[in-house]
Amino acid sequence: MQTITLHSFNGGIHPQENKFQSTQTPIAQLPLPAQLVVPVGQHIGAPAEVIVAVGDRVLKGQLIAQPKGFVSAAIHAPTSGKVVAIEQRELPHSSGLEGICIIIDSDGEDTWLEDIANGSQAIANYLEADNDVLVNRIRDCGITGLGGAGFPTAVKMAVKGKHIETLIINAAECEPYITADDMLMRERALEAMRGIQILMKLTAAKNCLIGIEDNKPEAIKAMKDALHQVHGEHYIAVVTIPTKYPSGGEKQLIEILTGKEVPSGGIPAEIGIVCQNVGTCEAVYRAVAEGKPLISRITTITGESAEQPQNVEVLIGTPVKHLLAFAGFKQEKSLFQKFLGSLSSKAESSESKPRIIMGGPMMGFTLSSDELPILKSSNCILAPSQKELPANDIASACIRCGLCTEACPAELLPQQLYWFSKSGELEKAEQHNIADCIECGACSYVCPSQIPLVQYYRHTKGAIKEEHAAQQKSDRSRVRFEARQDRLDREAAEKEAKRQARTAAAEKAQAAKKAAAAKAAEEDAVKNIGADQSSADQTNTEGAKPEAVDLEKLQTQLDAAQAGLKKSMDKVAEIKAGAADSDKEADTLDVFEKAVATRRDKVKLLALQLAEAKKSAPPVKKEISRDDIEKKLRAQQDRIDKTKQRFELAQEQGSETLPALQKGLDKQMQKLKELEADLAQFDKAGA
Amino acid sequence: MAFANITSPHAHGGNTTSRIMLLVILATVPGIIALTYFFGWGNLINIVLASITALTCEAIILKIRKRPISFFLKDNSALLTAVLLGIALPPFAPWWVTVVAVSFSMVFAKHLYGGLGNNPFNPAMVGYALVLISFPVQMTTNWASPFFLSAEQTLSFTDTLSVIFAGTSGLTDGFSGATPLDTYKHLASNETAIEIIQGPLFADATSGGSASNWFAGGWEFVNIAFLIGGLALLALRIFTWHIPFSVLAALGTCSMIFGWDADLYVPWSLHIFTGATMLGAFFIATDPVTASTTPLGKIIYGAGIGILIFVIRTWGAYPDAVAFAVLLMNFAAPLIDTYTQPRTYGHKKANRGMPAKPDTSAADTSSKEG
Repeated sequence: MQTITLHSFNGGIHPQENKFQSTQTPIAQLPLPAQLVVPVGQHIGAPAEVIVAVGDRVLKGQLIAQPKGFVSAAIHAPTSGKVVAIEQRELPHSSGLEGICIIIDSDGEDTWLEDIANGSQAIANYLEADNDVLVNRIRDCGITGLGGAGFPTAVKMAVKGKHIETLIINAAECEPYITADDMLMRERALEAMRGIQILMKLTAAKNCLIGIEDNKPEAIKAMKDALHQVHGEHYIAVVTIPTKYPSGGEKQLIEILTGKEVPSGGIPAEIGIVCQNVGTCEAVYRAVAEGKPLISRITTITGESAEQPQNVEVLIGTPVKHLLAFAGFKQEKSLFQKFLGSLSSKAESSESKPRIIMGGPMMGFTLSSDELPILKSSNCILAPSQKELPANDIASACIRCGLCTEACPAELLPQQLYWFSKSGELEKAEQHNIADCIECGACSYVCPSQIPLVQYYRHTKGAIKEEHAAQQKSDRSRVRFEARQDRLDREAAEKEAKRQARTAAAEKAQAAKKAAAAKAAEEDAVKNIGADQSSADQTNTEGAKPEAVDLEKLQTQLDAAQAGLKKSMDKVAEIKAGAADSDKEADTLDVFEKAVATRRDKVKLLALQLAEAKKSAPPVKKEISRDDIEKKLRAQQDRIDKTKQRFELAQEQGSETLPALQKGLDKQMQKLKELEADLAQFDKAGA
Repeated sequence: MAFANITSPHAHGGNTTSRIMLLVILATVPGIIALTYFFGWGNLINIVLASITALTCEAIILKIRKRPISFFLKDNSALLTAVLLGIALPPFAPWWVTVVAVSFSMVFAKHLYGGLGNNPFNPAMVGYALVLISFPVQMTTNWASPFFLSAEQTLSFTDTLSVIFAGTSGLTDGFSGATPLDTYKHLASNETAIEIIQGPLFADATSGGSASNWFAGGWEFVNIAFLIGGLALLALRIFTWHIPFSVLAALGTCSMIFGWDADLYVPWSLHIFTGATMLGAFFIATDPVTASTTPLGKIIYGAGIGILIFVIRTWGAYPDAVAFAVLLMNFAAPLIDTYTQPRTYGHKKANRGMPAKPDTSAADTSSKEG
């Protein structure tokens, strides 16, 4: 293979490694815990779907949750036993959120699933097998990245269409205290190397670079020996890189080994690189060559509070308590602390409570209880003493010394990001590329003022995300409102056009009729005098009809417009009543207020038109028939009856409305008499 | 078992602000020793007086601002400002000049902006500029001359005390004089360079005043001492090479380009090794709070200071220009920062300049028109 030139990334720090404590003994086998808590969502992507039920008996390696969707991973039973519960439990994550967990009581037998035990799942000549078969095997065995992020390996290996040049194996393990990969390489280098060969086949990469920090000489030797054993020297190289934190970060390792930079917001596959942790490679080998699903991993248990720091092979789902007990965890307070505790009457502050960290001292998160389980991505349990990792002192002012800028591996300006975070200037923070921060903690490590920089950046990243989401929502509302306004205007215009058309047509018809009538009148002028009168009447009523129609139409339009105005005004009042002081609310308020103004104008216009139409329309002569009068008479009689009833009731109750009712009744009697008179007159006239 | 819930990162490197400030103060010690050796007790007395004044002023203003006093005093930043002022002010300056300079810098140039880290201008230089402009006589006539010009001795300790605190006149006769830069500038209009350096001020200090050279007697050793202190700080990575290097490079380049004729202009050797050049380059311009923060920005900032020092010294009214040069570049530092952002990993080019306002959709404008 061609010589590898090492590059360097900007910045970085050299914290105390503290790795020697946990590398004194070989990897131990943890005794079987009584109960295992297996979360179904311990990887990036959708949580797996549970396929067992409470009370089921499961065997070791049995599938208990299947992947849901493409980016997901399978979950298997870590040991034989019985499923006692499937419920929401707190997950070991910095958020403290809950997720579905399958709780299994182990039966102590640790019996493998039949198919796995007899080796029928293993693929014999895996280097000649079909890629699809291999990827399916990896997927079925639930292999996810063991470096800490937990990305489903089968998804990463689905690189069809992408040209992969280099496979990079991350064996750097740059964080202090963690030695899981170191011990794995010392004891299982051959399996890891064979796994690397499988991955090379799957990605069709031209070469492979294994990056190991120079503080692991035994591991380097073991890997080189394994490489010799598999005869892979011409396309795989074991590269020793200088020890610096965070050279194990994917982006930084790629820069060291190849000099290329992963584009911001992109993935390494875009520059032809795939990166995998060395532990994942060993798991891939076990899945393909032995048919064993991912049910255990190597975890470092270390820290001054653990009497026997070491690496253990632990089943996924083992409660951390079990691991701590195995390593001799002692929560002993120093004499001084006991003295302090007796002095103060307050509850213990954070500083005096012990800490259990899942992960390393730079990027690990604290666990709220020791009942939480080990996940596929838990590479270390750190139990420090107070002296070892003291809680930060009170932060003093930033003196702009620039040590953080020198240390940042992403070449950011952490100092400026801090000032923008503090003052809430999210746009400036975004422009200074806060999204590219990998939260490695190198900046706060060197800060002389002990400012909690990473915490500020996390907060600001969240605030920026929130703001973007709110902005999108507001934009969408605005677009929809605009569309609705357009639609209403369009409909109104159409109605208006139709009305105009009808008026024009009616006028035309009227004019035509007038002409015809005039003609007829001329012809019959001598013949029939009476016909004139009736034809004049007819044209009158016909002329009045379109006017009547117009009036009706205008009236309905006016009513509709008034209803719309009322709606807009209600909306404005609603916004004003419940409005927060935000610009978006002010914007929508503006929009609605303008709508109110437009509609008010429309109402005024229509009212005006209606008034004019009413004025210009001739009075409609209504021919009163005898039936009409009779109808009115009957109605009036009904009304009087009703009023009489109410009157009597009021009399009984002695109600105050008595005189008013009396007056009403009198009026109605009067009206009745008038109508009767009208009827009599009509009859007289008719007769 | 209850466990503490603290977010990562959990490890810290152990560096503290007070340690950094203390290291800077210690790095000035060689320079202070050189000053005391050549020019007498004045500077040392001024440093002590300034330190006491600074700590007292800071305590008072912290009390008024209702802040914890010992927490802020122990970060040594007031002490550092006081030491720098004590070095910069003339050795025989009356006590009230020092007190005014220090208290003004503490109160107005530091705490009224919000305390350490929030001030846009270098507090020591603000104090110095204030007294230079307000008390020009006291600031220009109280410079000491090197010991080899006054019969191999400097003014005694008690006499210096009485000059500073009691204002006793006459004691400094024979011990005070103009600064070399001032002298050269004025003599250059009449005499040639060779003639000027024959003058007593440019005597070679190592030869006891007999020979002459292109350096100002005594001053070159003071500057070398500050240079040593500055290089030590550089080795300890208290600051990066950008600012001191660019200050000296710009000043040197300007004086070589414009000062090619030593008969007309002050030669570059005097520029670099006289006055407050080394102090300014390593201790004053590198003040992190007020300088530029990006690597490219630091070079521009330093170069600006170097050029301004040369310009003000040559064509300005003041003989030494470090204070004004630094203050003028303090104005420019935020602008320089905005336009010199480095390229972040994974980006093709740097995001320079102000961020663009987010572009709200076109629907916004149409709705505003109603």
